Amino acid sequence: MSEHTLDARNLLCPLPVIRTQNMAKTLADGDILKVICTDPGALSDIPAWCRINGHNLLDAQKGDKELIITIRLSKPEERNA
Amino acid sequence: MTTQRKAVALISGGLDSMLAARTILAQGVHVEGINFYTGFCVEGHTQAIRRTDSARPKRNNALWVAEQLGIKLHIIDVVEEYKEVVINPKHGYGANLNPCLDCKGFMVRHAHRWMQENGFDFIITGEVLGQRPMSQRRDTLPVVVRESGAGDRLLRPLCAKLLPPTLPEREGWVKREQLFEYNGRSRKPQIALAKRYDINEYSQPAGGCCFLTDPNYTKKLEDLWRTRGDKRYELDDIMLLKVGRHLRPRPHFKLIVGREEGENNFLEGYRHAFTHLRPLSHKGPLVLLDGTADRDDLRLAARLAGRFSQGRDAASVNISITENSGHTYELDILPLSNDEIPKEWYL
Repeated sequence: MSEHTLDARNLLCPLPVIRTQNMAKTLADGDILKVICTDPGALSDIPAWCRINGHNLLDAQKGDKELIITIRLSKPEERNA
Repeated sequence: MTTQRKAVALISGGLDSMLAARTILAQGVHVEGINFYTGFCVEGHTQAIRRTDSARPKRNNALWVAEQLGIKLHIIDVVEEYKEVVINPKHGYGANLNPCLDCKGFMVRHAHRWMQENGFDFIITGEVLGQRPMSQRRDTLPVVVRESGAGDRLLRPLCAKLLPPTLPEREGWVKREQLFEYNGRSRKPQIALAKRYDINEYSQPAGGCCFLTDPNYTKKLEDLWRTRGDKRYELDDIMLLKVGRHLRPRPHFKLIVGREEGENNFLEGYRHAFTHLRPLSHKGPLVLLDGTADRDDLRLAARLAGRFSQGRDAASVNISITENSGHTYELDILPLSNDEIPKEWYL
């Protein structure tokens, strides 16, 4: 298990989700992905993306200008392989 | 035991594609959604950068639809490939810069490729015969079938009974009698079907889901192409066309003026790439200058920035100017009056 950070600042939706989705493809089951965004829509969309794909949303923090969303990736197909 | 067939549904976030996917799910087919990001998509919170739109749900409608349907959604970034569709559409534009027929062909072609790469059997769209003047006519629906390469693996559940049977129908993967025969611009059949499926909330964007159908946006894109001398764009260009007031006081530069805090925050992310101005003595917006400007032009830009500040009626407003080089200085200016700003400057 390893931790990764994705800088999705100044990207408008759905780009933060697309970047999260694409980075998740390269990571392993159980990895932690921290996404830093500025688009407030990401607070709705990245959790929705997690629910659709079965990933675990660990935390979503809204700062003054930035959002930090932390996800634990769940890839059961890797566990079962 | 029969194999469960797999369909990939084009999901825009609107009602029709949601109903089409729901109809096929109800027949026991495994459905996953695909959504293409072109850069021109109208999103609830692209709009919601502005506080005035804060009542709108801050969400991506395609993701929301997928979650309601309980299906996976694959969002594909096609910004680069899509440029050719916008710049050089084989079938031309609609009322604005909307290349609807080329666009539909492009999306179905990409969905077809995805279908082949991922072992799916057919493609679903929410198209309705006669609903759109360009891409959903009886004579243009076959164009999409042909030019996308999808052939008879393209199923349009909402109007399938008005069209020749497709492979999924002929093979019995779906029951044709449980598909529909919707025709024309009326939304009543879709609204009734939504009720039948117990779908009570859905997005119905008044101007469609694409900025290229918006005359105001089109005007700004045409201005971009005209002043550059050729039809090209980068993603940042088309994002900035969605935000702020755009004024072109001279052919060689335009100004992008944040209209409120949300837009100013967004424009802040771009300021390092542009000469930019902001009032210091009064509250006011961040102003980006796109193009080239000499001293007189910068003074004019500063007077315009003053006009959009809270010092618009003051005798003097202090404006900070940061040039592309990083050199920053201040100017005291008299803001332009409303009468001094010709309407033609507004894009």
